[in-house]
Amino acid sequence: MDIRKVKKLIELLEESGVSEIEIREGEESVRISRHASGVAPAVAAPAARHEVAITGAAPQEHGAAPAVQASTATGLGHASDKVVTAPMVGTFYAAPAPGSDAFVEVGSEVKAGDVLCIIEAMKMMNQIESDKAGKVVSVLVKNGDPVEFGQPLFVID
Amino acid sequence: MLDKVVIANRGEIALRILRACRELGIKTVAAHSTADRNLKHVLLADESVCIGPPASRDSYLNMPAIISAAEVTDSVAIHPGYGFLSENADFAERVEKSGFTFIGPRAETIRLMGDKVSAIRAMKATGVPCVPGSDGPLGTEPDECFRIAREIGYPVIIKAAGGGGGRGMRVVHSEATLLHSINVTRAEAQAAFGNDEVYMEKFLEKPRHIEFQVLADHYGNVICLGERDCSMQRRHQKVIEEAPAPGLSAKQRRSMSERVAAACADIGYRSAGTLEFLYQDAEFYFIEMNTRIQVEHPITELITGIDLVKAQLRIAAGERLPWTQDEVQIRGHAIECRINAEDPQTFTPSPGPIKLWHAPGGPGIRVDSHLYTGYNVPPYYDSLVAKLVAYGEDRDAAIARMRNALGEIVIEGIKTNVPLHQEIFQHAAFRAGGTDIHYLERRLGLK
Repeated sequence: MDIRKVKKLIELLEESGVSEIEIREGEESVRISRHASGVAPAVAAPAARHEVAITGAAPQEHGAAPAVQASTATGLGHASDKVVTAPMVGTFYAAPAPGSDAFVEVGSEVKAGDVLCIIEAMKMMNQIESDKAGKVVSVLVKNGDPVEFGQPLFVID
Repeated sequence: MLDKVVIANRGEIALRILRACRELGIKTVAAHSTADRNLKHVLLADESVCIGPPASRDSYLNMPAIISAAEVTDSVAIHPGYGFLSENADFAERVEKSGFTFIGPRAETIRLMGDKVSAIRAMKATGVPCVPGSDGPLGTEPDECFRIAREIGYPVIIKAAGGGGGRGMRVVHSEATLLHSINVTRAEAQAAFGNDEVYMEKFLEKPRHIEFQVLADHYGNVICLGERDCSMQRRHQKVIEEAPAPGLSAKQRRSMSERVAAACADIGYRSAGTLEFLYQDAEFYFIEMNTRIQVEHPITELITGIDLVKAQLRIAAGERLPWTQDEVQIRGHAIECRINAEDPQTFTPSPGPIKLWHAPGGPGIRVDSHLYTGYNVPPYYDSLVAKLVAYGEDRDAAIARMRNALGEIVIEGIKTNVPLHQEIFQHAAFRAGGTDIHYLERRLGLK
């Protein structure tokens, strides 16, 4: 898709009161949404060949479809205050030890302070606690995935 | 060659490192804060890892976050750039202990040169000329302080051992204010650096700032790539740099280059480094060493034809220096203007969106900048947005090219110090060359 067209769409969005535009052209489609957290990254930037978020599977090949960037994950349609994000960089573990049950799953009820997962960094296991109470609506990362600061991990409603 | 490198920095130097990595086929990982998602090098890097919120303390100064970024991406090395953690010996040590290569000197060398008192001692021991001084930390005995000051001769300057880069210093013109100045500098040093150790040096009234660039591999080979004159400063911040230093003879250059390279070999230096000197009345006086790549490295690259950042990567990969000292040739003249996002008169920072960026071009023009139209300059970091570098066969040619380039460059949406640079290039004193480190402030103060 022509980057100038995308830029025009963004300008259209910004100038109008519209919150979301989706355009389909043949097999390609683009959706641009306005988020409370801020405008989507300026497309006047040099087109990234592949914005690889580290949630992708191992070797990233040239020409691979762009993986989901952390900042676009709120496009999943959840309010940002329901999303628990990673407070640090590291490797995500869903369970306290290999083989044991996961701390939480979809459907689990949690209170503020409950441990949701572990993020390992520099050989240290850091327990990540929930800052909210509710039910786990979705788990956004897999066991063993590398995560970055601010990356959405869970949706709790 | 290194497989994958984490670029633990931002802005123009991160882009510079990324470019060097790509030339060498090294995969790049951009470690960045949430405020820097749209940095040019982040968009170009093979992988990116968000390491923290905007505040430097929680991102670019966050050692565990940066090392974790290297872990989760299976990187092999970390390039710290300049500023941030580049001269933090603890960081260099932790990086190596975690199994990664720190692209720079060894931690103990960084520690040695980071303490200004031990750095001066080490350089003195290798025969490098230093400013007459207290040769060690000042004690608390007033009589001793008076004695040292009298021996050195007023005016003197009190400096914090844990400082550097212009921070933690106070000039004393007479005995009457000596003790008070020492006490205040101590208190400030304790607050700023957590270390109240201070030392004393002769204060030079009209020195020039001339620094020498070295490159060293892991096999004891050291070369000196000549000098840079960085006297055009405001509040200890360099504004314009040029290489070679106007007025230096080939003999002076050769003699200093040899001494500087020998000193670095003596201390087992590795990677790129710069020895800073004050130059007055044809004498050089060592003040401090920067154990990292510097902002103004491009002017040395242009006059020697040697890519310093690629050299750092090669050295870190265990390669030998491919040049002997004799093979280092200085040709032509290069000048760099630091373009900052600031008001050209009040120097107030001016972050914000770049509505239009247009880089100058033509023969001998190099632009190191992460700016692009639509980029938003964040308010959280330093204001350097571009380095405009001009190279010519001699100083006049470089000046002419720079004047053209300053007239062509377009940065709309924020204020920049381009008008200040254009003005300086009109000054007769600048055109003549050899102005001292107080020149610019005196000129600006007159306005």
